[in-house]
Amino acid sequence: MAKHEYAFYPGCSSQKGASASNYLTSVESMCKTLDVKLTEIPDWNCCGASIGYAEAGELPRHVLNARNFALSEQNLPGQEMVATCAACWLGARETRERLTHSDTLMADTREALKEAGLTINEMPEIRHMVEVLIEDLGFEEMAKHVVRPLEGVKIAGYVGCQTNRPFGVAGESFENPVYLDKMVEMVGAQSIPEYDMKVTCCGGALAFSEPEKAQAQIKDIVESAYDHGAEMIVTPCPLCQANVEIYQGQVNKTYGTKFNIPVLYYSQLMVVAYGGSAKDAALNGQVIKARRLEEIAAKPVKR
Amino acid sequence: MSANTAMADKYRNNFLKEIEEQVEMGDWVKMCMQCGVCSGSCPTNFQSAWEHPPQELFMMIRAGKREEVLTTTSMWNCTSCYNCIVRCPRKLPITHIMHGIAEYAHRLGVAPKMQPTRFFSGLFWKNATKTGRVNELKLSMGLYFKDGLVQGIKNGMAMQAVALGLVKAKRLNVMELFGGHKCKDQKGIQSMLKKAYEIERSRKAARMAG
Repeated sequence: MAKHEYAFYPGCSSQKGASASNYLTSVESMCKTLDVKLTEIPDWNCCGASIGYAEAGELPRHVLNARNFALSEQNLPGQEMVATCAACWLGARETRERLTHSDTLMADTREALKEAGLTINEMPEIRHMVEVLIEDLGFEEMAKHVVRPLEGVKIAGYVGCQTNRPFGVAGESFENPVYLDKMVEMVGAQSIPEYDMKVTCCGGALAFSEPEKAQAQIKDIVESAYDHGAEMIVTPCPLCQANVEIYQGQVNKTYGTKFNIPVLYYSQLMVVAYGGSAKDAALNGQVIKARRLEEIAAKPVKR
Repeated sequence: MSANTAMADKYRNNFLKEIEEQVEMGDWVKMCMQCGVCSGSCPTNFQSAWEHPPQELFMMIRAGKREEVLTTTSMWNCTSCYNCIVRCPRKLPITHIMHGIAEYAHRLGVAPKMQPTRFFSGLFWKNATKTGRVNELKLSMGLYFKDGLVQGIKNGMAMQAVALGLVKAKRLNVMELFGGHKCKDQKGIQSMLKKAYEIERSRKAARMAG
């Protein structure tokens, strides 16, 4: 039996062929090393994300998240629900909080869920994968498995918004969370605690609807990473990762910059440090190739 | 009578009450003390995108500036970064109030029709709830072609390099256009959401009736 077991909520962007499929691949390899068992919640649905607000309303949005709670409770009773995506985690947590604090909302939600033949008795705890790593495993346990430290690599820890606000990770500040820097150090790389764009917004969904506004944000985030001598950026959020990585070409056209910096997930760094191959870390999923990390992943491990 | 005129008529001269009863988290508006930390913390307000930043909207609501508030593009600039929420000294859930006012204006049919984020927001929700899961390709295509075929092709061309990079990295699948990921119990999702909308409508009507 695995050391830690959770009901897993991968989210839309993690699916095969979707924008964060490389995140999922690397999380799966990471969890194998750490003996964490993730069981996918059967038939889970989209959390609605923050951007659905114009049509979602209040109750429909909560009912959508509550369906996942009901499926989790029914199929994986007693297990906490773990999300890898910042928006999934935030959406689910927000719904759980609102339903906990309003009997009316809870009663209405139960009535709507009946239409899908579902019910909620006890809502699962909602956790983000980084919470599991930090709180349930701890840095010491995470560090134990490092067999190929990412020596000499300077990495800007970009936390972004939704993994950090409004809930955040317990014990961290909203203005200057340090867990990601600690994770960078944990894999043997060099962190940049003074990276001043670590909690700046990437523009979120506006990257689609109003790209010029989001790209002004992205420019600042990437520029600051370069200014601090970073070779790559690391993030816990699928939308941060995509926005900061894939629009660098367009930012270059608009601002005359020459950005070409890889943007990775924490799980990808960990997989390489844990001795995994480039494939295990899904480095083939980078639009801007992380050459330095690929080189390290090709090296033999230190046992 | 349009939904908008009906509401304006019902809450005549008391726009604050209208917001409190009809907008999610609207009952928080009166708690704002006009310090402006929200406006100073907003990434898109830094780019001067907001005609009226949040604390200004709160004062305008209290001053009964109904049409100006509901028809502004301001709150559609929210990126959902939640910076205003965590910094507000009076703990107003500002992000949710902004989404709430936007949703209300959209529901009444008075939100700016051509505002791209308003369009995208609706598109996203419909995309996600149709099958229970987001289809990223259809979502992007729907956005590009919002202003017609010619503009759609132009938009698509402008995004060609970005899309190609994603396809090569296997993070965008062209086959998604002909199906793609979905939930098994789509019927259950549709009926549960239909019920949720019904309940929400009746709750709001009851509040209005007092």
